[in-house]
Amino acid sequence: MQVQVKLFAFFRENRFIKEDRELPNGTTAGQVVDELDIDREEVGVLMLNSRHCKFDTVLQEGDIYAIFPVIGGG
Amino acid sequence: MADKIFRVNMTDLSTSIEDVPADWAGHGGRGLTSNIVAAEVPPSCHPLGPNNKLIFAPGLLSGTAASNSGRISAGAKSPLTGTIKESNSGGTSAQRLAKIGCKALIIEGQPKDDSWYSLLLTPEGVTISKEEELVGKGNFAVVETVEKRFSDKIGILSIGQGGEMLMTAANISVKDPDSHVRSLGRGGLGAVMGSKKIKFIALDAQDGKVAIADMDAFRAANKIFTKALVDHPVSQALGTYGSNVLVNIINEAGGLPTKNFSAGQFEGHEQISGETMHDIIVERGGKPTHGCHAGCVIKCSQIYNDLKGNYKTSGMEYESIWAMGADCTVDNLDQIAEMDHIMDDIGIDTIETAVAFGVAMEGGVLEFGDSEEMIRILTEEIAKGTALGRVIGNGAGSVGRTYGVTRVPVVKNQAIPAYDPRAIKGIGITYATSTQGADHTMGYTIATEILGVGGTADPLSKEGMVELSRGLQIATAAIDSTGMCLFIAFAALDDGTCLPALIDMLNARFGINLTAEDVTNLGMSILKTEHAFNTAAGFTNLDDRLPEFFATEPVAPHNAVWDFSGEEIDTFWNF
Ligand code: SF4
Repeated sequence: MQVQVKLFAFFRENRFIKEDRELPNGTTAGQVVDELDIDREEVGVLMLNSRHCKFDTVLQEGDIYAIFPVIGGG
Repeated sequence: MADKIFRVNMTDLSTSIEDVPADWAGHGGRGLTSNIVAAEVPPSCHPLGPNNKLIFAPGLLSGTAASNSGRISAGAKSPLTGTIKESNSGGTSAQRLAKIGCKALIIEGQPKDDSWYSLLLTPEGVTISKEEELVGKGNFAVVETVEKRFSDKIGILSIGQGGEMLMTAANISVKDPDSHVRSLGRGGLGAVMGSKKIKFIALDAQDGKVAIADMDAFRAANKIFTKALVDHPVSQALGTYGSNVLVNIINEAGGLPTKNFSAGQFEGHEQISGETMHDIIVERGGKPTHGCHAGCVIKCSQIYNDLKGNYKTSGMEYESIWAMGADCTVDNLDQIAEMDHIMDDIGIDTIETAVAFGVAMEGGVLEFGDSEEMIRILTEEIAKGTALGRVIGNGAGSVGRTYGVTRVPVVKNQAIPAYDPRAIKGIGITYATSTQGADHTMGYTIATEILGVGGTADPLSKEGMVELSRGLQIATAAIDSTGMCLFIAFAALDDGTCLPALIDMLNARFGINLTAEDVTNLGMSILKTEHAFNTAAGFTNLDDRLPEFFATEPVAPHNAVWDFSGEEIDTFWNF
């Protein structure tokens, strides 16, 4: 299946901003994080189609999946 | 020397130094400005008349070595909202005031003639002088000239043309360590200063120092506190990308108000994001990391250079960039930096003014995205005080009323900032119930709803949002009294050592024994004092509501509406 993966802040360094990735059915949000060699401890927020999700959320064909480090502001 | 109250009467041009009344002794920053306004300002007074008072107070820890403690509070009855107002800012003024031994500066009365004045504060007292040279000038000229007259060490609070012309979007500029400015931004306090005919206030601390009751305990607590701040990952991201790191995540969550709040995502988000800004700054030899006062260890500010590598502006916040960017559909950071610089010079709030532009675009005054025309209006209309300039310079509500626009994002006439309350509901409770009109900083529920700091909450659900906003508004009122920058809250929410260390510092500074419960009680009492002032000024629970369009116009991508009932909102005050 195809999923669009988006990275933010320093997760982009030596990786990418946005990429369409071919993933096996049943891939979880956490597996994509691991595959990208991102430390789960550094992850702040995961969003699937503009809604917060968790490491064990299963991705679906056509999903837009965003991975953010711990960030803040205001 | 014990801290004193410095009082200036602009009607008879007299000054006095007074002992601090027992009731005010435990207060600083917002707690003090709000208590003084409540005690001395008639709630029904005209905010620009002689009976309003303008109060400046450093935080309880300002002027000490405590990390991030250099925030100053300004308070008055707001000419924008008609409510009580506290606005706070970094810069060097809080530290100067504290070292002068000034617990609060109270400015009252109003000159009967048309003369302009300046104030000079030293540990000996206040001198009032007539001012002619700087009348009509912008803040950068004021800072340059005042530094030449005194020294570059001098602290400066000043107003630009916006404040002189009593525009309700006018702010008060606070000089930062690099002789640039930060802003006491919201609520039109620059107009109150203008109504007192004060162009600038110079703060000369000479060799004044802040007394600390138990220096060893203070140092030990500050060490723990500083470590908690520095170690928190949010602090690190703020240092790299500034608060503008939020553009992309708020856009992703569908809560980035776009095109005058008609959509929740902006096509040009990447161009105005913190990531892009960081790259531009580095490429042009600016500074991505910069503190708004000495002692800040988070350093969310930045120095932004133009294409040629020359200084353009500093301290651009997410909310300012959002307002000029997504809300007006401008996707060019250089144009945004240019406007930021102009607004700092004129002395008008970037949020209020840019949201006013968004409403003006909706009303057909100019096209969405036309940043060239925005720049022209800023310099040719607002700075010069033409009729159109005054309509926009009086804020979003003013523009809406003038041009018959119904989609006007304000609460208590103050522009709603960078988070759509339909898609991020907790922040809507803060906008509705804040004692000061729409203001995200009063109870920053975004931390929990979007960023996952201090727990999590579903931003599209109403569940628990009143409680979340209430808890944060109480904590914020207390933090705003300490002189601490609100960005300590991320560490405070996550790291158990942070708040106890902050309380230990307060105890060591004053030789007292505050507990965490005392601090919570302080926050509650400040909110209640502010709320009572508003009630006496004629506000009711029906003013604690969002504009109608939020309930009737669903916002993409979640097609969410604001669905809190009035009764649900009113439970906020059950404490
Ligand atoms: S974190 Fe930012 S706003 Fe806070 S004190 Fe530092 S530079 Fe100023």
